[in-house]
Amino acid sequence: MDLQSYLLLSATLFIIGVVGVIARRNAIIVFMSIELMLNSVNLSLVAFSAFLGDVTGQMLVFFAMTVAAAEAAVGLAIIIALFRNKQTINLEDINILKW
Amino acid sequence: MFSYTPLIVLFPLLGFLFLGLFGSRVKNEKLLGIIGSGSVGLSFLLAASLFATMLGLHPEERKHVVELFMWISAFTGSSSSFSVPVAYQIDQLSVLMTLIVTGVGFLIHVYSIGYMHGDPGYWRFFAYLNLFIFAMLNLVLADNFLLMFLGWEGVGLCSYLLIGFWHDRKFETGGYKPGTAMTGDAAKKAFVVNRIGDFGFLLAMFLIFVHFGSLNFDSVFARAAALSEGNNAMLWIGLLLFLGATGKSAQIPLFVWLPDAMAGPTPVSALIHAATMVTAGVYMVARCSVLYALAPEALQVMAVVGALTALMAATIGLVQNDIKKVLAYSTVSQLGYMFLAMGVAAFSAGIFHVLTHAFFKALLFLGSGAVIHAMHGEQDIQKMGSLKHHMPTTYKTFLIGAIAIAGIPPFAGFFSKDEILWKAFSSEHGSVVLWAIGVIGAALTAFYMFRLVSLTFEGEKRYGADVHPHEAPKTMTIPLIVLAFLSIVGGFLGVPESLFGGNALEHWLEPIFAPAYDKLRMSSHPVEITEYLLMVLSVGVAAAGIYAARAIYLRRTDIAERWKTKFATAYKVLLNKYYVDEVYDAAIVTPTVKVSEGFLWKGIDVVVIDGIVDGSARLIATVAQGIRRVQTGIAQQYATVFVGGIFLILMWLILK
Repeated sequence: MDLQSYLLLSATLFIIGVVGVIARRNAIIVFMSIELMLNSVNLSLVAFSAFLGDVTGQMLVFFAMTVAAAEAAVGLAIIIALFRNKQTINLEDINILKW
Repeated sequence: MFSYTPLIVLFPLLGFLFLGLFGSRVKNEKLLGIIGSGSVGLSFLLAASLFATMLGLHPEERKHVVELFMWISAFTGSSSSFSVPVAYQIDQLSVLMTLIVTGVGFLIHVYSIGYMHGDPGYWRFFAYLNLFIFAMLNLVLADNFLLMFLGWEGVGLCSYLLIGFWHDRKFETGGYKPGTAMTGDAAKKAFVVNRIGDFGFLLAMFLIFVHFGSLNFDSVFARAAALSEGNNAMLWIGLLLFLGATGKSAQIPLFVWLPDAMAGPTPVSALIHAATMVTAGVYMVARCSVLYALAPEALQVMAVVGALTALMAATIGLVQNDIKKVLAYSTVSQLGYMFLAMGVAAFSAGIFHVLTHAFFKALLFLGSGAVIHAMHGEQDIQKMGSLKHHMPTTYKTFLIGAIAIAGIPPFAGFFSKDEILWKAFSSEHGSVVLWAIGVIGAALTAFYMFRLVSLTFEGEKRYGADVHPHEAPKTMTIPLIVLAFLSIVGGFLGVPESLFGGNALEHWLEPIFAPAYDKLRMSSHPVEITEYLLMVLSVGVAAAGIYAARAIYLRRTDIAERWKTKFATAYKVLLNKYYVDEVYDAAIVTPTVKVSEGFLWKGIDVVVIDGIVDGSARLIATVAQGIRRVQTGIAQQYATVFVGGIFLILMWLILK
């Protein structure tokens, strides 16, 4: 397998993640898409690490995974607080900070 | 001794400051009157002692300049440096004017103590009067054009304040828009018309600075004396200065404010509009005699305007029925004589007439004030008559003033007026026509003055039983007596050589006017027979005028009525002052007001300027209204914009 296939897969996953963040109404689905984006970047890093024989990429993946996990925890806590106040997690309905 | 000169100007200023700041709290009228009169009295005493000192000095040593402080100093060190100090110049001319201003001013202040009794604005009156004296003294004692202009403007301001002193009173302008004017309108008119003249004065000052590099009298006149002949610039300077003088001294075309200025209290009319402020223009011409010597055409214009004004105002005064209006037009007419004198280069004769006119005109005005006071505000002479039995002192002093102004010897007016007429006839810069106009004016002067005396004091009484005229109090009659005395003996200061006098005044003022006479190449004339003939003629026409007036108004009043119908149009024109106010209103005032209101205010100010300011605010508000809709509050849309931006940057980097 050559590097390009891995990178292509990574790009595809990233774009699917971006579209998910932009176009989905449910906040949990948006967070899933954010995780997808992060994982696609991890895949790209690991691919480069394998093909260049440098272990730095794998180390960065560790950091990224840790941050992703912490961020997911915080984000889900925010969603729960949001639901308690607004009784909805439909992002189109959460628009108080506007003109 | 001379270093005390600034005190002369300082005393009235201190009087004004005290009266202005604390006067409203002082309830004692006497104290206010004493402070007000005392400050001017002190100035007079100081000026008199300076005069006495000067008498003992040699003519070349009489001039002194005292500098107080530097007022404006700009561009020092360069060729166009501009420095104007507050400095006072005491010389033969300025000390004479100072004595007139403070002396007659003091008498009028004392008179006002009685006249303004009971007025709620008593303290304000004396404060304004003191401020006026301060400004007038700055004018006559200044050693440079800018300080003189400060005084010039200052007296205009005080004139405005004092004419409009009773600001809630209606005022009769005499036929023109009857019943609509307030005293404030008369005050505004005086100030605005004066402003037009001041514009001329300012332009002349600019020209003087450009051509002579300084505004200081000594520098300018020294450089002017060094010029061998005048040029266009000198002519313009002369004409523009004269424009300023026509405004301040009520000549054609800017005399229209003075009759309306009679709306103010009578002491104001006496002081400002008879004795002092209106003579500022004459003083200014005398001071700038060297400049005028370089512009003989300007002198000719001055002489013609002066003569015409003298005649025109005298004709209007013939038919006026308000006692103060007659005196107002008489003042305009006599000022015309003064400018006639200046115009024929008889500078000291003009100043002599300033002196004698101050005496008898102030006397006449103060006397009329006593009459108005006694008649409880009535000013129409058709409703007076036979007052001499009730007010003998006022009558006698008024009569003396009338004889003086008519020009009957040996009273003061004869010597000054006769000198003017003689110089108008005989001088190289005069002409027979000017002399003839002057003589006709003198005849009319005698006539209208004695018409006034006859209708006011003599004949039968034409007022109702509810009016009880009484003599004025001592504070008012004593100044009248003093001024009457001066009107009798004042003329002896200038007895001409033809009458075996030494003409002391002319010799006193000689060093002032010598450079001008030199430049005009005027020779002194020996005494000739013609002078005596003209003298007899002018006394003759004055006597004829007096006789005719007394005959018509005391015995044959039917003649006056007959003439009114026979010359109805002429009578109407004179009564309406040649419709000058109406013409000015139609030609200048109404168009200016229309343009100002309709175009400048409603057009430019409201539409354009407010439009720009409000419009730019509205524009920003509208744009903001549009732009703020970007912030929808929906986080996903923000994320979309992020992604879009990243995409654009990536594209740009890839395609670069």
